[in-house]
Order: sequence, then structure tokens, then C-alpha cells
Amino acid sequence: MDDKPTAVIAEPAAVARHAPAPVVSPPRRSRSQTLLPFIAAAVLVVAWQILAQVFSLPIYIAPTPIQIAKTLVSELPMLMRNFVPTAVESLIGFLLGNTVAIAVAVLFVHSRRLEAALYPIAVFVNTIPILAKAPILVLIFGLGMTSKVVIAAFICFFPTLANMVRGLTAVNPQSLELMRVLSASKSEVFWKLRVPSSLPFLFSALKIASTTSVLGAIVGEWIGADLGLGALIIEATHNFRSPLLYATVFVSSAWAVVFFAVVSFAERRIVTWKQSEG
Amino acid sequence: MSSPGTTLAVELENATVRFASERGSVTALENVGLKVPSGGFVSLLGPSGCGKSTLLRLVADLVVPTDGTVSVLGGPPERARLHRELGFVFQDATLLPWRSALENVRLPLEVGPKKRDRAGQRRPEDLLRLVGLAGRENALPHELSGGMRQRVAIARALVSEPRILLLDEPFGALDEITRDTLNEELLRIWRETGTTILFVTHSIPEAVFLSERVLVLATNPGRVRELVACDLPYPRPLSVRETPEFIRIASHLRALLQTC
Repeated sequence: MDDKPTAVIAEPAAVARHAPAPVVSPPRRSRSQTLLPFIAAAVLVVAWQILAQVFSLPIYIAPTPIQIAKTLVSELPMLMRNFVPTAVESLIGFLLGNTVAIAVAVLFVHSRRLEAALYPIAVFVNTIPILAKAPILVLIFGLGMTSKVVIAAFICFFPTLANMVRGLTAVNPQSLELMRVLSASKSEVFWKLRVPSSLPFLFSALKIASTTSVLGAIVGEWIGADLGLGALIIEATHNFRSPLLYATVFVSSAWAVVFFAVVSFAERRIVTWKQSEG
Repeated sequence: MSSPGTTLAVELENATVRFASERGSVTALENVGLKVPSGGFVSLLGPSGCGKSTLLRLVADLVVPTDGTVSVLGGPPERARLHRELGFVFQDATLLPWRSALENVRLPLEVGPKKRDRAGQRRPEDLLRLVGLAGRENALPHELSGGMRQRVAIARALVSEPRILLLDEPFGALDEITRDTLNEELLRIWRETGTTILFVTHSIPEAVFLSERVLVLATNPGRVRELVACDLPYPRPLSVRETPEFIRIASHLRALLQTC
């Protein structure tokens, strides 16, 4: 800065006449706030243990946390053997569903007629419950991993499509005018303006997809699979092996949380700006 | 076309702009004539809806005239735009939020047709220094104050060495102290670069302080009310605003605006 008195000037209110931006990143939490959910979870687990013992509930109705932890350790090799296919299915489904969704969103942005023709169909397909879609896809793609990958991809597809279309089109109109004054080509506008503008929207969708893709893989395995956390959930339920059921649920949730955390981490590294100055 | 002896940067003849709307067509500008000599500084002043922004957009080739002619540097506005002879500064800085100050200034060099004569182009680093932002090259827009963001926008508009600078209420959202500072800097940049400037503003003192001439526009439909000369010698210190001549021009403009 030169010696001009800019330093005394307060931040003027940014003109927020554009579409509200999605939440980019949560405000930094203090350490005690980070610990709070862990403390709450610990309290709940202890309460569960005490209540289950006080009322001496049968193990097949409600196993205690200690019983579940023991199962988790003793059945770890079996759990891991079933975890691997689920993880692979959800990961590939995530990549496939989001890639296709991004590609379709780009097509829609380039051709309004294509969007008008296909978007309602995408909405219609999205209204079919995943439990209804899954058997159809298993019939088409068979009992192997392919059908689970496709189901996981399907469940990721729509939120990413909707967010990405919005992200690519919700560009500050004045930025578009700027690009026009600069005589920027269509592809320059796309790469230098639309793609970066869409990234916060894309990550909102990817965070949803990171957890739902695991859901999709498990639902697919319910319909029919020899291996996988979904198959294990069905088997454990039918055999009243409740501690195993709970342990399986724990593993699948842990995987979804890790998946979500990785996507959130990538978001924080990539989307470093604030949307206030459109 | 320009008459011999004088080169005109911008010339409008009977320029009319009508926009289609739900209730028929709206006339934003009607029969507007304006001649801006090369290197001139003209402000456009008028009430809301008088079409001053539309006039600026005509010159920038963002709007095409329904009737009449617009000539920029002796040719159609499109040619001036494609030759990268136009710099535009909006009311909000319109910086790309993911780009640092320096990367924002560099944007015009990365997109659009390249200027044939690149020797004249200024380095983005030098332009940031020119607008008083040396040392803030790597700051993201949200880390800068409103005044600083507008400085970045001005540096960005200057980077392709445009012969015409179009400013659409660039300081309208800023507080008065920042506005004064940036007004002085704009005059300095104008004298250093010799750029022709068209400046849209709501503020009478700002218009008188900066310009050689002020075009007063009336509303409904947008049309020329009067072209007022501001015969105050440059360089103009801020204190020029207390001189009788300044006050005379300002009150004349105020009286004009009341009839617009």
C-alpha cells in the first residue's frame, strides 16, 4: 500500500445480488468443539451398556457395546473379507456416477434443448426408490459386482447432475459481460469462469455422494451377493447374530465417514476462496 | 467518421436503443449524439434509468443500437472490442474470487484474441504497483477491502493497454474517503496513459472533479439534456472542489438534473 488512508476504511458490504452460494466450508472449530461429538458418543455408548445390563436384554434383541466390540475383534478377518467388495463397489460407483453426471451437466449447459428433453427424465428416474431400482439393475447386470457398482453410480448421479448444472449456469452475469468485453471464446468462458464457479456446488454434491454411494453398494448386495457388507447384514439378521449385524453396520458407517472426510479434505484444499465477491 | 484534424475516440449519431419487454418495447436511449476526442475524459451523469449505463454498453459492444450509428476509434464497436482497445470497470469489481489479485489482472492477457502489438502491454505487476497494491499480489479478492478490489479491477482494465476506458459507476459502492483517493488516482492514471475515458456516475462533485466535459442525460426516454464543459485546469487537487468555478459548474449541473 502507498500512504493513502485505505487502511481506515471498513469492509464495504459486498453486493450480494447473485444467487446465494452454497456453504463452502464450515467455520473453524475450536478444539473443545471438535471433541464434543466424541464425548457425546461415549456417553451414549456407556448409557447403552448400562441400560442393556440393567434390563438384561437378550443378546439377539440388543447386544451391548462390549459384545459388539468383542465380535468386531474376533470376526475382523471375516468382516474385512466382506468389506473389500463393498468398498470397491462404492468407490467405483462414486467415480462412475459422478463422472457421468458431470459430463451430462456439461452437455446440458451447452445444449438447452438437450436439457429440456432429458432433465425431466432424469428427475423421473430419480423419483424411483433405490429399493425398486436395485432389483431391476441386478436383473440387467447380474449378481456380480457390476450391478452394485451401477446401483452406487445411480444413487450418486442425480445430486451431482442437479448441483453441477446449477454451478455451471449460476455464473455472475457481470463476469460474463467482462468475458464478452475481453472477447473471450466460449471455451475460455467455460474453463476460466464456469468450471471454477461450479466447484463449490460440485463438492456439495460429492459430499452427499460419498456417503450415498456406500448405501447404494449395500442395497445392491441385499438383492443378491455372496460377499459384501450388505450380504453380511442380511445373513447376520436372518441368523439372529445381532452382535455381528451391529459390527457390520459399524464397519460400513466407518467406511462412509472416511470417504466423506477425504472428500471434505479435498474440498478444503481446492475451494480456498469465498464466494462473497462474485 | 471523424473530421480532419481531430481524431474521435467515440462518436454516437442519433443512437437509439430499444429493449423488448413484457409491456412492449422500452426506449433506453433516443437520438443520442456524442463526440469524445481521443484522450478525452467525459462523464455521463443523470438520474436512474436515463440510459447512461446503456450508452457505455453501446460503446463496449455489449448492446447494439436499434437505430443510429456508434463508431469507436473510427470503426464499429465490435472491431474495437476484438482489437482489445476497450477496458471496462463495473460497479462491483467483478473479480474472479478464486484468482489472486495478480491473476485477476492477468486474465485479459489469457483470454480473447491477442493484441498484435504486445510491446506496449504493461506487466500486471507494474499495474498493481500503479494502483497502489504492491505487496498484495497474492491476496484473494475476499482478503481485500472494497476499495482495493476496485483498484485491482482498474489495473485489470488497463493491462491490455486499451485506448478507451469505460467505467460504470466504479466507485459508487465505496465510502467517501476511498472514493476521493481513487478519483485522484484515476486522474493520475489518465494523464500517465493518455487513455480516453468514459465515466458513468451518480455523483455531481465526482463528475465535475474528474471530467473535461459532463454529458447530462434525461430520463424517459434516455436522451441528451446538455453537454457541460468543466473548464478547470489539470492537475486538479481535491481542493479544487472549494473554488467558485467548481461550485458554479456543480450547481448548474444540479439545476439541470432537477429538470431531467
